[in-house]
Amino acid sequence: MASTIRCDIVSAEAEIFHGDAQMVVATGEMGELGIAPRHAPLITRLKPGQVRVILENGEEQFFYVSGGILEVQPQVVTVLADTAIRAADLDEAAAKRAKEDAERALADRSDAMEIAEAQAKLAEAVAQLQALERLRRSLKH
Amino acid sequence: MAGAREIRTKIRSVQNTRKVTRALEMVSASKIRKAQDLMKASRPYARLMRQVIGHIAHANVEYRHPFLVEREAVRRVGYVIVSTDRGLCGGLNSNLFRKLLAEMREWQAKGVEIDVVAIGQKATQFFKRLKVNMIGSATHLGERPKVEQLIGVIKVMLDAYNDGRVDRVFLCFNDFVNTMTQKPHVEALLPLSAAAAEMASAGPSEINWPAPALSAKRDHDWDYIYEPDAETVLDHVLQRYIESLVYQAVLENLASEHAARMVAMKSASDNATKLIDTLTLIYNKARQAAITQEISEIVSGAAAV
Repeated sequence: MASTIRCDIVSAEAEIFHGDAQMVVATGEMGELGIAPRHAPLITRLKPGQVRVILENGEEQFFYVSGGILEVQPQVVTVLADTAIRAADLDEAAAKRAKEDAERALADRSDAMEIAEAQAKLAEAVAQLQALERLRRSLKH
Repeated sequence: MAGAREIRTKIRSVQNTRKVTRALEMVSASKIRKAQDLMKASRPYARLMRQVIGHIAHANVEYRHPFLVEREAVRRVGYVIVSTDRGLCGGLNSNLFRKLLAEMREWQAKGVEIDVVAIGQKATQFFKRLKVNMIGSATHLGERPKVEQLIGVIKVMLDAYNDGRVDRVFLCFNDFVNTMTQKPHVEALLPLSAAAAEMASAGPSEINWPAPALSAKRDHDWDYIYEPDAETVLDHVLQRYIESLVYQAVLENLASEHAARMVAMKSASDNATKLIDTLTLIYNKARQAAITQEISEIVSGAAAV
């Protein structure tokens, strides 16, 4: 009966492909995988590379993924593609950057809030000066 | 007619303000659509991810991932707070922060400490002033946020969770209900309750195709073939899942931001129009009064001659 398998390829930012396929070929972490209908349930990480989808009419479509997850159910293949090149050390660097951003924000004394505060203080000082000036003038007369 | 000139200047300045608020309103109106499209585009990923996690929850998983294990003692909690980068969006951020502060005070009353990861300029500034422990921040995400921009902050929080520095993580953002309503929303991010994942995958989501084979499969025991092994795959899947949840929160918040800004700017424009009307009335009255006075002066002057 089922000579096709449903195939979904999505990334966090967009849906890339969905449709029926005769076979889906992807590069798993342990090697090339060809998924035909009624494949046993399988889940694996994908290496950066091509995902090849052979459609019902024999036509082939290629998608490049920079990593992700491949999940196989007997009737469904799901590719959850990463949108960016991911590696442990790259992630580490990103985390470090986020921490530094936070530290910089905490150390930075010149955000809008503080400018407003300083302006208010300046206005107060100017008003005091003016009052003093007026007082001095009235004392002179 | 000394007052008339001042009133005219005032009217002109209000008119200029109205021009600005009108422009902002229209810009936001067009950006809402784009933000909503982004939201829609990101949904399939989260939906399929939930299904995968639902399957894992159903399958015989020999490995208990720390993200799925509820910790008994809670000594420290983490908050991932999504806010906007820019202001002029009504009470959007302050409503969220107010709700958060109430929750944080409850935790503090119980002697639980708080770590914060701030996404967006407003949250960064707010929590800086509050002097809470901010361990990560990401700002200037722009109109098309990318998952890449969020990897860092999420990893900071996940690392803290994995190391046992925080025992629970919450995600806070403004939920985009519709253009008129945005609800500040706080939800538990970690530990992921398996029940919630199951419910989400079984619940009435906008699934494009019915999945007849899956429901039949659920009855008997089965497990995935894991490549290379369950642990690595689950680590990977759960991390991506968390990332997609945070990413979606950012998109929801973006749509909320534009909607709130549009509404705020619309009411600002309306108020400006009202103000201009009132000022015009006052101006006309002053002008009329000045003319009347002049006439009466001329008449009385002529009468005196």
